[in-house]
Amino acid sequence: MNKRTTSQNNGLNLKRVFKVWLMQHAQACIYSIGQIFKSPVNSLLTTAVVGISLALPSGFYLLLDNCQRVAAGWDNSTQISLFLKLNIDEERALSLADEIRLFEGIASVDYISRDVALEEYRQKSGFGDAISALQENPLPSILLIHPRIRSLSSQDSEKLMQQLRALPEVDTAQFDRQWIQRLFAIIDIVQHVVIILSILLAIAVLLIVGNTIRLAIYNRRTEIEVNKLFGATEAFIQRPFLYSGLFHGIGGGLIAWCLLSLSLLMLKAPVLRLAELYSSDFSLHGLSYTGLLLLIATGASLGLVGSWVSVQRHIKAIEPN
Amino acid sequence: MIRFTDVSMQYGDGNEALRKINLYIEQGAMVYVTGRSGAGKSSLLRLIALIERHKRGQIIVNGQNLERVTGRRIPLFRRNIGFMFQDHRLLYDRTVFDNIALPLVIAGHRYQEIRKRVHAALDKVSLLNKEKVSPIALSGGEQQRVGIARAVVHRPALILADEPTGNLDPALSWDIMKLFEQFNQVGVTVLIASHDLDMIKKMNKSIITLREGKLLTHIGLTINE
Repeated sequence: MNKRTTSQNNGLNLKRVFKVWLMQHAQACIYSIGQIFKSPVNSLLTTAVVGISLALPSGFYLLLDNCQRVAAGWDNSTQISLFLKLNIDEERALSLADEIRLFEGIASVDYISRDVALEEYRQKSGFGDAISALQENPLPSILLIHPRIRSLSSQDSEKLMQQLRALPEVDTAQFDRQWIQRLFAIIDIVQHVVIILSILLAIAVLLIVGNTIRLAIYNRRTEIEVNKLFGATEAFIQRPFLYSGLFHGIGGGLIAWCLLSLSLLMLKAPVLRLAELYSSDFSLHGLSYTGLLLLIATGASLGLVGSWVSVQRHIKAIEPN
Repeated sequence: MIRFTDVSMQYGDGNEALRKINLYIEQGAMVYVTGRSGAGKSSLLRLIALIERHKRGQIIVNGQNLERVTGRRIPLFRRNIGFMFQDHRLLYDRTVFDNIALPLVIAGHRYQEIRKRVHAALDKVSLLNKEKVSPIALSGGEQQRVGIARAVVHRPALILADEPTGNLDPALSWDIMKLFEQFNQVGVTVLIASHDLDMIKKMNKSIITLREGKLLTHIGLTINE
């Protein structure tokens, strides 16, 4: 025995070790696929639960992503209308616009002269004749102010409004889209909710995979004992279970992708109809290829970690007797 | 091959299974360990296989001090031993071929090599026509022969058999013992725990007798202590 051990050791060059390692990985991989197909219902149940757990936060993420795409269009349309007093002439109005441009949180300031305002009103309102009958232009000149909404908290915007109202040239100041700020605040909250949800569901996936692997280890107790008796290393015994966890994770990722695609397909028509009503060319954005890869990678790593924890805890406890 | 020096062993519950055992088994020997149930036959084998660890004394197996065989060295140490059990411990979810191939798969042999060796082992135990069936479809004697094939397929230097004929009738038991003798004749050290004294005497091999954890006779010599 001694002689053979040493001669074997001498013969073991790195290449052979690597070849054996690769072969045993292939064996464990094929073996664990076989195990999955031996109990298809159980495997499918675990994979489905993993899939749903992954689909939920990803679905929320997609929803949020689409909301932000819609809202991004509104971001620019948020504006403050500054109606100037009627006795302010164009020169004064333009210099005021320059002053306001220097304020904090201002993206741009547009000047609409009284004449332009009147012309616009004449075209759009349909009261063209009635307005022509007026002797004097009743409309004030307007400064359209676009604040940088993202950098503007509600306190800041309140301060800005007060600042603007205090200007002697200003008659009234109107913040047109205060609600959009509220919407962004809500989106921000939902974003945090999604993060919390993702963490919780990731833990759930770990527990589910871990439990499945624990049951598999328990069911294969005799096999593990016999393997250990005939000199199997820990790595050799662990491999099939780790692969099994990995496959559950990857399968879960794929199922999550299917669920998301199906949901998007079902939502496509109603969303399109709504967009038409708003005469917008908005359409739902699905998962990108990077997103799909990320989903599968997340599933795979959660599955691997879950099975690894289970394997570390439960295989060591099994010793031959 | 195997040397015990003042070996004592206790189970976790404080029950002393072996007391101050001194014995020597030379390479290529075929030795029976006998004694009543609970005399420590299994414990002796379990110590050699590193299933249990001894508390006191020294065990040398094949030049290795077992105290130093720990952790990652245990699997490699066990690959030089072939195990045989009364309850077969065959895996019923795979074929006879796959059962026997197990030690070779663990050691990382290539498929061609595995097939050759498994067929040779099956041939020796006269079960070549059963390689594709599940062990559950075999009789007790046949299952035991599969167990033997699995114990020798990786050409271990030492075979440990714990009551290998416990459930078999005398004729089948005799066949099994003759099989072990054949392996012994090609140089494998064989250690068999058995309480079947009649058959052991007929086999005419060295005998180690245990009683209540103590050595009673050692290869023909009575121990007085």
